[in-house]
Amino acid sequence: MSNAAPTPRGQSNAAPVLRVEGLRVAYDHARGPVRAVDDVSFSLSPHERFGLAGESGSGKSTMALSILRMIKPPGRIEGGEVWLEDIELSQLAPDAMRRLRLAGIAMVPQGSMNSLNPVVRIRDQIGDALADHGTKLSRRALAARVRDLLVDVGLPPETGDKYQHELSGGMKQRACIAIAICLRPKVIIADEPTSALDVVVQRQVMETLGRVQAELGAAVILVGHDMGLMAQFVDRLGIMYAGRLVEVAPIGEIITAPRHPYTRLLIESLPSLEKKGGLRGIPGLAPLLRDLPSGCAFHPRCPRAEARCRLEKPAVRPIGPDATVACHFA
Amino acid sequence: MTALLELRDVTKTFAGGVLGRERKVALERFSFAIDSDRPRVTAVVGESGSGKTTLARLLLGLVPPSTGEVLFKGCDLHGLNAAGRQDFRHHVQAIFQDPYEVYNPFYRVDHVLTTPVRKFRLAASKSAGHALIEQALHAVGLQPGEILGRYPHQLSGGQRQRIMVARALLLRPRLIVADEPVSMVDASLRATILGSLRKLHEELGISILYITHDLATAYQVADSILVLYRATVAEAGDVEHVVQAPQHPYTQLLIGSIPRVSTLRDWAAEPVQGERDSTATGCRFADRCPAAMPRCRTASPPLFQTAPNRAAACFLYDGAPALPEGKVATVLSAETARQAPVPAA
Amino acid sequence: MLGYIRRNASLLIGVTLLGILAIFMIVGAFTIDTDNAQPLSAPALQPPSWDYPFGTDRQGRDLLAVMVAGTPLTLWVGFVAGIIGVGVGSVLAFTAAYYGGIADTVIRSIADIGLTIPGLLVLIIIAVSLKGSLTVNQMAIVVASLAWLNPTRTIRSQVLTLRERGYVEIARLNGMSGPEIILRELMPNLLPYLSATLVASISGAILAAVGLEFLGLGPVDSPTLGMTLYWVQFNAAIINGWWWWWTAPLVVILMVFLGLFFLTVGLDEIANPRLRRSA
Repeated sequence: MSNAAPTPRGQSNAAPVLRVEGLRVAYDHARGPVRAVDDVSFSLSPHERFGLAGESGSGKSTMALSILRMIKPPGRIEGGEVWLEDIELSQLAPDAMRRLRLAGIAMVPQGSMNSLNPVVRIRDQIGDALADHGTKLSRRALAARVRDLLVDVGLPPETGDKYQHELSGGMKQRACIAIAICLRPKVIIADEPTSALDVVVQRQVMETLGRVQAELGAAVILVGHDMGLMAQFVDRLGIMYAGRLVEVAPIGEIITAPRHPYTRLLIESLPSLEKKGGLRGIPGLAPLLRDLPSGCAFHPRCPRAEARCRLEKPAVRPIGPDATVACHFA
Repeated sequence: MTALLELRDVTKTFAGGVLGRERKVALERFSFAIDSDRPRVTAVVGESGSGKTTLARLLLGLVPPSTGEVLFKGCDLHGLNAAGRQDFRHHVQAIFQDPYEVYNPFYRVDHVLTTPVRKFRLAASKSAGHALIEQALHAVGLQPGEILGRYPHQLSGGQRQRIMVARALLLRPRLIVADEPVSMVDASLRATILGSLRKLHEELGISILYITHDLATAYQVADSILVLYRATVAEAGDVEHVVQAPQHPYTQLLIGSIPRVSTLRDWAAEPVQGERDSTATGCRFADRCPAAMPRCRTASPPLFQTAPNRAAACFLYDGAPALPEGKVATVLSAETARQAPVPAA
Repeated sequence: MLGYIRRNASLLIGVTLLGILAIFMIVGAFTIDTDNAQPLSAPALQPPSWDYPFGTDRQGRDLLAVMVAGTPLTLWVGFVAGIIGVGVGSVLAFTAAYYGGIADTVIRSIADIGLTIPGLLVLIIIAVSLKGSLTVNQMAIVVASLAWLNPTRTIRSQVLTLRERGYVEIARLNGMSGPEIILRELMPNLLPYLSATLVASISGAILAAVGLEFLGLGPVDSPTLGMTLYWVQFNAAIINGWWWWWTAPLVVILMVFLGLFFLTVGLDEIANPRLRRSA
């Protein structure tokens, strides 16, 4: 990571590698359907690092899973399109979609380091992923490939012989990254990859992720709630609240000039390491998805709310080529 | 003047492994005292495996020390009779990390509030007790009408955690041990909860021991800080000085690794070398320390008092006098801290 | 609530089966003269007819009266033994699990040793060595003497999982004492599990009682279900083709066990939410 402001990596004019349009996901609840993802649209340029930030109940993890069409009942994708380059994912047969997962779009899910198979060696877990997607390699070539992958993520090649309980948290997470990149995907989705890791190890893992992404030329979607991590890693950031993408902008703009009141309050509530100041949170509670306020979901907590906010849900408006905001006053 | 709560040369080891043969040292020769007359907010910062949770449990009397003593008002905590234990619980309370686990799903949330009122006889009548509970809920920013009578699963994590603060507050303790109270709470709510803890300290003179891995919140909420690394104290002192000008190489690494919300992408690029080596002697940090000297691998550095209000356990500072055993608290309560300017890094 | 019962089929089946038995016993108690359950009340070896809907046995007992009189007796044995078993077992289990240490080691060792001894053998020895014939209550005590072993073990495991919960630590901080924590914090969370264990224990006790009676070691003068089966076997009723004699007690025993079994499964589903099928 360089010391200067980020190069406008995400603002290339090349065709987007991933396009999400109007995605809607709902869960069937006893008292009626609950909209977890409400009409979300954004696009991802090649090589771009896109952050998806939000607090619990914002819908960001559901969003990530729905891109890969991995929503299980009682959840279902109600509508919208997801384009990977020129393939629209909802048009794919289940088998084709399965082949696309890991090969086209890979995911490092939340808690993945705790989901490694405890009775299978690391090299076999990577090898399984390769074999499952029809990689026809001799045993020796496969072993070499696995070793290369481990070295790519900064692990010693002997790691392949170990079992998951012999590895530290950071090493396990990097093994998961190795699985995610083994088929050279175009998009990597990482859902809270470092939330269980120490701050020092977190830096190592994120540095690894950034490096392999650059080498592969892949785009990354980083889902999380640590704004500091977003600030240091992503090019563009999307803020989710109550299932909607309330603001998307280049990371520098979000930090210095946030447009949506929620983003503004969120940034102000973050404790700084530079200066002791007052501790300021956002008053009120995040709304329950099944019991959303009328109009703009943020209006009960918003210092700028007016009558209009209670009645009318603000539409998502584009501001410039890479930014959108959903607020009546932005 | 006896300290309210004191750990004297405490070591805590846990047996583990298949046949109980592996022994893990969670805290080593730790001495620490909490003063009764000058309440402070002290942060204990460490990563997993540093011993900070074990420290909390030792202070609360939830686990006994393997060696050493835990003293409450000068008496051995684990030798107290029922009345003594009651007194202890009245003076020392706790808030835990997980706002889900701490509620018995069988009862409404009122249960955790009415129980201490009853057991410690805080009120003469039921209505007086109810008033006390309402007052405590207001103090943490909750509306009694929205909280009382509900079951835990009907409330959010943030609300539940605030009820726990109210519970700790009911007894007007001298010390609240808060073990990662906001790490499972949303970012926007953390500041609110920590703010109310800080307010309790300022308005009611309650000492707070804030245990966390999050240096940023520790910096904002605490007056002094103790940095733990692998069961020992690496650095201690006034929080402003320690955070702005860290002396121990581990503290420097820790602070440098925290991603900041800033347009300056300065997340340091030098990779951290080495993994932990649990069998080595000498300074615990030597295997990862960029400034390691040969003597660091053979001897364990004591805490050197580099200023009236700070100390670091590193041979780089061996020109300074070494703190005597058990006196780390002196650098945590020096009043000179407030006025001294922060030296350049 | 009703909707839930519909979803939890096992509970429904169990309650229905036991309900039918209950109605049978209650209605029977008011309408049938149980004196006819004694020998020489009716002509012997009559197949089922309008006068004797369940037929009669070789000693002239009206089998319908026998069922009406005997079913509650058999259930009573199970009930008493089951409750004693779970009651004693719970106390021992909570003590062992919460306090640990010596108490745990002692209780656990006794239970483990006891569980390795074949239960029926012990019961037979006890029954044989008691002078004279057993009454129904004595039978219950005999069965209860072993009924606490398994509940002690299983309840102890459950309490161990709860002992480390956060709310137990908060209870300690709130000033609660050990026994108080057991009673007010741990027990309520175990009620579903304890209910399921109780029903299983009752079921096991009835089986043991019927087994003892079938071997002829039970209360010889009482028309319990097991004793009836003993007479069936003593008089070679199967070979002699007196099918009505063994059909009646068999059906009732089947209903008892199936009812208790489904009840256990249903209660287990309540106790363990993960077993519940989604709505």
